[in-house]
Amino acid sequence: MTLYLLRRLLALMLTLIAASIVVFLVTEIIPGDPASFMMGINADPQAVAALRSELGLDQPLVTRYLAWVIGMVQGDFGLSYTYKVPVSELVGDRILISLPLTLYALLLSTLIAFPAGVVAAARRNTAADFAVIGATQLGVAIPNFWFAMLLVLAFAVNLQWFSAGGFPGWDAGFLEAMKALTLPAIALALPQASILARVMRSSLLDTLDEDFVRTARAKGLTRSQTLWRHALRNALIPVLTIVGLQFSFLLAGGIIIENVFYLPGLGRLVFQAITQRDLIVVRSVIILLVFAVVAVTFLVDIAYAVADPRLRRRAR
Amino acid sequence: MSGHSQQETGFIRAALGHPAFLAGLLLTALFVAAALVSFVWTPFDPEKMQIAAKLKGPSTEHWFGTDHFGRDVFSMLMVGARVSIAVAFVAVGIGIGFGVPLGLYAAANRNSLIDEIVMRGNDLIFAFPSLLLAILITAVFGPGAINAIIAIGIFNIPVFARLSRGAALSLWTREFILAARVAGKGAARISVEHILPNLMNLLIVQGTIQFSLAVLAEAGLAYVGLGAQPPTPSWGRMLAEAQTFISLAPHMALFPGLAIVLTVLGLNLLGDGLRDLHDPRIRRSRG
Repeated sequence: MTLYLLRRLLALMLTLIAASIVVFLVTEIIPGDPASFMMGINADPQAVAALRSELGLDQPLVTRYLAWVIGMVQGDFGLSYTYKVPVSELVGDRILISLPLTLYALLLSTLIAFPAGVVAAARRNTAADFAVIGATQLGVAIPNFWFAMLLVLAFAVNLQWFSAGGFPGWDAGFLEAMKALTLPAIALALPQASILARVMRSSLLDTLDEDFVRTARAKGLTRSQTLWRHALRNALIPVLTIVGLQFSFLLAGGIIIENVFYLPGLGRLVFQAITQRDLIVVRSVIILLVFAVVAVTFLVDIAYAVADPRLRRRAR
Repeated sequence: MSGHSQQETGFIRAALGHPAFLAGLLLTALFVAAALVSFVWTPFDPEKMQIAAKLKGPSTEHWFGTDHFGRDVFSMLMVGARVSIAVAFVAVGIGIGFGVPLGLYAAANRNSLIDEIVMRGNDLIFAFPSLLLAILITAVFGPGAINAIIAIGIFNIPVFARLSRGAALSLWTREFILAARVAGKGAARISVEHILPNLMNLLIVQGTIQFSLAVLAEAGLAYVGLGAQPPTPSWGRMLAEAQTFISLAPHMALFPGLAIVLTVLGLNLLGDGLRDLHDPRIRRSRG
């Protein structure tokens, strides 16, 4: 198990290093010099040069990369070019919207998908099964930003139950804030719930075909007893992987949904930073998101190994 | 030869008895036809503005209504289908063109350094949330259809590399490959002459699924303003423009969204159907 853990940890580190190099190089070739962008078109060239050296932009590529990485490891993400505040502060504010939104959507997705998948598998080839299959086919085909617009039209414009966008802040109270995140979370959750329900269904069907399920039935358990006591637990393993993957989809998918609902989260921050050539913000937010994705994948792998001892043995 | 045509008749018969496949085929054909017909005919000029007739709901003249510039929504959708098809087609092409050779090479040289590099490179691309990289790429190279294609295409490379590597690995253990090796054929020749033809079904099925994902991704990029630029109509941008007028002219948001949903649904049904039809086990259990 320790060896397995170490190997996975090494892979995680290598992925992060490679990702940071890619992100650094890609943001390096974004056209436009941040210094001249900050100073405006009519800026004095000398002043621009002074700002460049102040920002460290005149240093060689490798020095700048190392400075960036070392800073991040120490929790210092640098100073935003446009906001003139530490990036960590900017990100800290925004993540308080993006992360709850992601978790809210993940919760909704799981709450919808589990029962749907179980019902479909337990009543294979019945009307309930076909209804779930049909709904998931439709669910994966709907672009989440369009679904978001339809939700706004129905629940904000017509019924006026929710506001069409914006975020009151956590100071306005937990319920108020969660209410503002509800439509975005539903819009994000729908396609992911469809995928998850399908995985749940097929995983459960595969498990129900296995010998130990037949044995359980043979010793006199009813269909539903077998399902709940034996099949479900075993079927959950692949489902767990998908839930982990969905976290990253939801976190990144939030970028578009935040724009639909004018939520001041990480997604809006990245877009604004890109248009303002605020490279340091773009870089840091993207690497943070990549880190979140890689870390969650890692945790899922570990959970997987804990749940399924066969994997540990194989790695040994 | 007769065996082959018999197989084909069997396929067609099975296809005719598979309603989901037929529905997918019909929807896909409709989408392709709309794009093709748009080259020679659209009800109105999709770029012509008629401010006097702006934000009109569906009517016998403008089937799907008009937008905030009085442009005909139906005509814009037809032309928009072209952009969706072109972007998705080339993006999937990039994925197959780079991914399949990489996968085949990695499988032929299993556990070599190249295999390791290819697989770790794939992991790296997978670690990036796809949308994020697409946004980054379009931010660097500027928005536009070509850059959207590149951004979506890059994501298709690891998908096809993994798929073809996995399938090729299991084929390499088969006897007919052993026979080819005994006959003195090299790894590259075996990959092209024996492995690749056996991957075709798999690639067609996955290609269809990736095509539908690419249509969705293109719409998403266009929605945030990073896809095809005006005045080229694109479904995603039509939705972005419709958002401002959602309470005034909901039809502007309804029809482009439905176009995306039906296209993606059609491609998914087609892909699932092809998988069923190519998998004899499933075909038998259905019959």
